[in-house]
Amino acid sequence: MSQPTLDKGTFMEKRTWSRFSKFERTARFLFYFVTVAAIVVSLQTIEIIPEFLIDAPEQIGDMLNRMWPPDVSYYPSTIHEAMLETIHIATLGTLLAIIMAIPIGVMVAENVTQNKALNWFARLLLVSSRSINSLVWALLFVAILGPGPLAGAFAIAFRSIGFIGKLFGEALEESAPGPIEALRTTGAPWFSIMTMGYWPQVVPTFWSIVLFRWDINLRESAVLGLVGAGGIGVALNTALELFYWDRVSMVLLSMLVVVAVVEVLVTQIRKRII
Amino acid sequence: MTTNSPIATPRKYVRKRNWLATFSYLVLAAYLIYVLSLFDVNLERLIIGIGRGGDFIGRMMPPNFERYALLIEGMLESIQIAIIATTAGVLLSLPVGFLAARNLMPTWVTWIARALIVGCRSFHPVIVAILFVKAVGFGALAGTLALIVASIGFIAKLFAEAIEEISLKQIEAVRATGAPFFSVIAFGVLPQVMGRFIGFISYQLDSNLRNSTMVGLVGAGGIGGTLFAAFQRFDYDFVSAILIAIIAVIMFAEGINNVMRKLYR
Amino acid sequence: MTQPATLQEPITQAPSSKALVIQNLSKEYVPGKPVLTDISLEIEAKGITAIIGPSGTGKSTLIRCINRLVDPTSGNIIFNNQNLASLSGRQLRNARRHIGMVFQEYNLLERLSVMENVLSGRLGYVSVWRAWLRKFSAEDVDKAFALLEQVGMADFANQRADALSGGQRQRVSIARALMQSPDILLADEPTSSLDPKTSVEILELMTEQAKLQHIPVIINIHDVTLAKRFADRIIGMSSGSVVFDGKPEDLQNDHLKSIYGGEDWLS
Repeated sequence: MSQPTLDKGTFMEKRTWSRFSKFERTARFLFYFVTVAAIVVSLQTIEIIPEFLIDAPEQIGDMLNRMWPPDVSYYPSTIHEAMLETIHIATLGTLLAIIMAIPIGVMVAENVTQNKALNWFARLLLVSSRSINSLVWALLFVAILGPGPLAGAFAIAFRSIGFIGKLFGEALEESAPGPIEALRTTGAPWFSIMTMGYWPQVVPTFWSIVLFRWDINLRESAVLGLVGAGGIGVALNTALELFYWDRVSMVLLSMLVVVAVVEVLVTQIRKRII
Repeated sequence: MTTNSPIATPRKYVRKRNWLATFSYLVLAAYLIYVLSLFDVNLERLIIGIGRGGDFIGRMMPPNFERYALLIEGMLESIQIAIIATTAGVLLSLPVGFLAARNLMPTWVTWIARALIVGCRSFHPVIVAILFVKAVGFGALAGTLALIVASIGFIAKLFAEAIEEISLKQIEAVRATGAPFFSVIAFGVLPQVMGRFIGFISYQLDSNLRNSTMVGLVGAGGIGGTLFAAFQRFDYDFVSAILIAIIAVIMFAEGINNVMRKLYR
Repeated sequence: MTQPATLQEPITQAPSSKALVIQNLSKEYVPGKPVLTDISLEIEAKGITAIIGPSGTGKSTLIRCINRLVDPTSGNIIFNNQNLASLSGRQLRNARRHIGMVFQEYNLLERLSVMENVLSGRLGYVSVWRAWLRKFSAEDVDKAFALLEQVGMADFANQRADALSGGQRQRVSIARALMQSPDILLADEPTSSLDPKTSVEILELMTEQAKLQHIPVIINIHDVTLAKRFADRIIGMSSGSVVFDGKPEDLQNDHLKSIYGGEDWLS
């Protein structure tokens, strides 16, 4: 005789939880997959000769050996002048960039310039400026103006417009609307609104941005000489071409010192003035 | 005489001058004039320059994509360099960043790790690339190694800072449940740093991509070499094609970055 | 009939045995300046014990010594037939699973959801791999939901912890502690960061849950009124030693003076 099966009573459904929704999980998985695939494909197709890779530590060691001790005499003869030129390139470039970046920054700020077409145009200028490396800008200006520090300065300037302009525009967009509104109601002309309403608010941020960019520009200017745009890069290039490793290390050492000094200088300026 | 007269001397408003600011501006202006003369800039040269600039732009237009195979090959190599350098850089930055975190490690360890990080950041990636070219030869290997160094200098530093800022209270709570070490890391440490970490990685990927288009200029692989060759041959219309390709790829990568940040919070 | 998910675990200890025995516990952070001096206590297997005393008197250190978040300088801590003071590594971690802790500043995993916070109570039981992937068993998840209901936070399961108010966070943290199915609940100043009304709610919740689970509770608290209201036993500490140990009714002004010093604050 068959037994009636025991009634198991109500089955309580277990509640479930997972960290990501189904959509998120699929998206994340897809992203992981694509990332790993990209890495694997890159590794497989990149042209790296394995012998060179294995040889690398020895070669690097050999090079470092030849770089020590640095040729101190190279400093007064060549490096000093070149360093100063580099600093001038960086500073001039930054100053030129300020002149060009301020109007573009004003154009890209959506609260200052309400014309969408102008906003878009300014944004295009800024993106292009940023996407082209300062070295490539240097190549362009060397082709236009001929080799020398002026080409370097313009390269720095054109590269910095994107940086300064973008951050300046953002600072303008974040300024308080109150004072601007007040000035508008008095019927003040546009220029006065800029100088009395916006400028006082963004001044500290502006100089902070400029200082930051100047710091970066010093490092960038140092390499422009590699393509003929003046500065310490030229001295470095010469030493490299002729395989004077001790001079190369002297140049690198000088760069380190200058960068360190500038870091300290910039930190002090930030503390006291900005 | 008392000042009871209805017309009192009008008070003058003299705007307080920020002497430091005015002085600084004057110094900058003087410097500008000095350097311009140092670089031998005068109106004549400027006009010639603008003329040549216009002529130059003319020669760059329209962009010439005829040698697209060369262009694609170069861009692919640059992208490969950027991807591999970022991956290896991230993987190496994790232990280095950990070792540099002063709240986890003894002082002497953090000193060494931090010195390493500073060393990696000291020089412009192009200079590092040149050194690697001289050491390991021309090609993508030099470029990849150079960008790995640059990546470590950035990611490890910020990673260490992120670790130093974590709240120990959360770690304490997870330890109190009896969780094993790696679970403490998974629940107590990683959620605190992951958001920022993803930000660093995406920034560095972007930076590596920009730099990888350039290291070829010194022979370290990628589109930079093609670009340099085009300049030397005065193929300016090919130059503009290459520049457009570079800008397009960078903008695309920025888009992907935004997606990655949204997915991984 | 299948058991609906309940919170009752089989009782493993005879009701009259001691759950926790502390013997001669001492702690010096700086040699020569002891924070705890030769503390000996026995905690029953059920009931609420409140430890009162001024700041800096070692209450927090004492509680953290129990689950070894702080290592004692000397002494024994007998719990579940083990001396916690002598354990290390895996054994210590396994022992910690049976001790639930609620913190003054909630110590929730701020960037994670409420659910993940509660589930983190099970981290002592799941493998690292499953913890990483957040693959908790269906029973764990169900229990987590049930606990959230018990503490009144069921609607907040997917909210990020840093979006909650103080009282809500403490509720979640109680749920997390109970998720461990602990044999004892420790609370280090659980109400010091909360307003008076919420403090009472939290203490009611903790004591009620503890009774449901048949586990003892040790609470550090500096509000004497609350201590007298909720505790079955009060331990008063001063300068690292126990100066009072008895029922709340027996706590007189004289005792409070010896614990806290000064007279002005006594009504």
